[in-house]
Amino acid sequence: MADRPDHSLPQAAQAIQPRPGLLDHHLPVLPALLLLAVLLLLPTLAEATGHGFYVGVASRILIFALAASSLNLILGFGGMVSFGHAAFVGVGAYAVGILMQEGVVSAWLSWPVAVLASGLFALLIGAISLRTKGVYFIMITLAFAQMLYYLMISLKAYGGDDGLSLAGRSSIGLGLDLSQDGSFYYLVLALAVAVFALLHRLLNSDLGHALQAIRENEPRMVALGFPVYRIKLIVFTLAGALAGLAGALLANQGGFVSPSMMQWSESGMLMIMVILGGVGRLYGGFVGAVVFLVLEEVLSSFTIHWQLGLGMALLVVVLLAPNGLLSLWRKRGGA
Amino acid sequence: MTGLLVLEQSLNGLQFGLMLFLLAAGLTLVFGIMDMINLAHGSLYMIGAYLVASIALASGSFWLGLGLGVLAAAVLGALLELTVLRRLYARDHLSQVLGTFAILLISNELVRMVWGAQPLELNPPAALAGPVELLPGLSYPAYRLFIIGVGLAVALLLYVLVTRTRYGMQVRAGASNREMALAMGVDVRKLFTAVFALGAALCAVAGGLLGPLLAVQVGMGESILILAFVVIVIGGIGSIRGALLGALLVGVVDTAGRTLLPLLFDWLLGPEAAANAGPAVSSILIYLLMAAVLFFRPQGLFPAHG
Repeated sequence: MADRPDHSLPQAAQAIQPRPGLLDHHLPVLPALLLLAVLLLLPTLAEATGHGFYVGVASRILIFALAASSLNLILGFGGMVSFGHAAFVGVGAYAVGILMQEGVVSAWLSWPVAVLASGLFALLIGAISLRTKGVYFIMITLAFAQMLYYLMISLKAYGGDDGLSLAGRSSIGLGLDLSQDGSFYYLVLALAVAVFALLHRLLNSDLGHALQAIRENEPRMVALGFPVYRIKLIVFTLAGALAGLAGALLANQGGFVSPSMMQWSESGMLMIMVILGGVGRLYGGFVGAVVFLVLEEVLSSFTIHWQLGLGMALLVVVLLAPNGLLSLWRKRGGA
Repeated sequence: MTGLLVLEQSLNGLQFGLMLFLLAAGLTLVFGIMDMINLAHGSLYMIGAYLVASIALASGSFWLGLGLGVLAAAVLGALLELTVLRRLYARDHLSQVLGTFAILLISNELVRMVWGAQPLELNPPAALAGPVELLPGLSYPAYRLFIIGVGLAVALLLYVLVTRTRYGMQVRAGASNREMALAMGVDVRKLFTAVFALGAALCAVAGGLLGPLLAVQVGMGESILILAFVVIVIGGIGSIRGALLGALLVGVVDTAGRTLLPLLFDWLLGPEAAANAGPAVSSILIYLLMAAVLFFRPQGLFPAHG
């Protein structure tokens, strides 16, 4: 359906001069720095007002923002609606959990392994799944994610259905003690900012432009001689690897990994976050994750029936803001 | 001994497959005709099961519960379509996912508020409570046989409705070419509401019949919803025949995997490995089947569109 009329390709094709085009995504410097400053001050503010507990919550939200942003890369900018993204998060988490059970506590070893393992799984799954399209792609990614889910259930040596408790957080050296919620928060924030910068850079590169052009009109990109399949596979693998990083962080944050992290409902939740924030917008995954998890946190502190409120809020968003919350912002800002 | 086991398990597979079909039939029509991804379909199954169970428990009659519960679920389905879902048809798939996920959350919570978090216990009707001896040495629960009978009857009824009546013709026309059906004067709005009510009624039949076998509880719709999606993708989206054959295939593969794979593993790797890996591996089989179908025949095994 014509949900993005402003991205019509003929205009984009005319914009041959290297000036900011429709496919570029600008990161306004001032708001970004303001946001960063708020995020940097958050632990201090929380401690000062006696809400130190919320530093852990904030870390968790940032980790989900990271995972949702990696999904937005393929779902929003690449048009690849993956319904199995939580599987890559789970692979990353299990890599950390399994290595820790085997005695490897160094983050310098286990986190890169988590990223590589998720990337490898994404490469294999993407290589097969990307040969299908549309609804069939949604379902085949779901199928592979469910296979990984049941595979982890069958691994009784690593907890099976019950999951695996971590002995502690990974150790990183450098004088940082990650078991302190504050230090862990700053590390998560640093990684999230780095990933965000990477995504921003990628989307404004030739590869990012080609990716978005494929989303708009794939046959034309094939006809123009672009290696469409390879571009999609590269980005799918990258998104999987970033989800693996989020998984490694999530395992550390909660101190626990279990197959339920890879369940289809978790993949669905990541998708909901992206759709809620804004599909194919730079801040989409971030805004979606923050709004979703903060709503959950606030509503569940008022009532045990918080899912009712969350459902109502989502329904209002889908009926009133067709392209996610960020589309409202754009309209008001007049840009 | 092994022969009887295989027969018993085939009956179990048939029974599970037919119940899956009742869910998948509504889902595939909604998906095929309205091009709508409806995650709330599992909620209709849950609400249907609760309605049947609570009316049956209150009145003391399983049959009254089944009849009234199915009717109430159909009315509820039509209301849902008229108030919310109708606004989502023209939107892209992602908005539909978000909207119907919201409905799923809302209905889960409403059910928890009305009926509480404890699962409802529903007993099969007294006449069907005992076992029946099918063959010497093989007795099978009468209630499960009854479910198989109802499943077959509903499948036949649906087949006649879709292939032999005017409404069925309109539904098929809508599934294969919506614009053309509109141009030929089919009142698509009414048709959509009717299809939705029918889908909800079928959900309630499945939920009510499975009530005595499985627990009637919040969240029961989610796991079976994914299986129903697997069924319609294997069968071919929009095709009733595909939904029936896909459901039977998934039902038999799932049940066979659950019973035969542990035996195979036991024989190959020893009892410990069988107990550990058997159940999970048989769950993987279904998804392996779907991935293979999607890879080699992306349109499904029995596509509706030609």
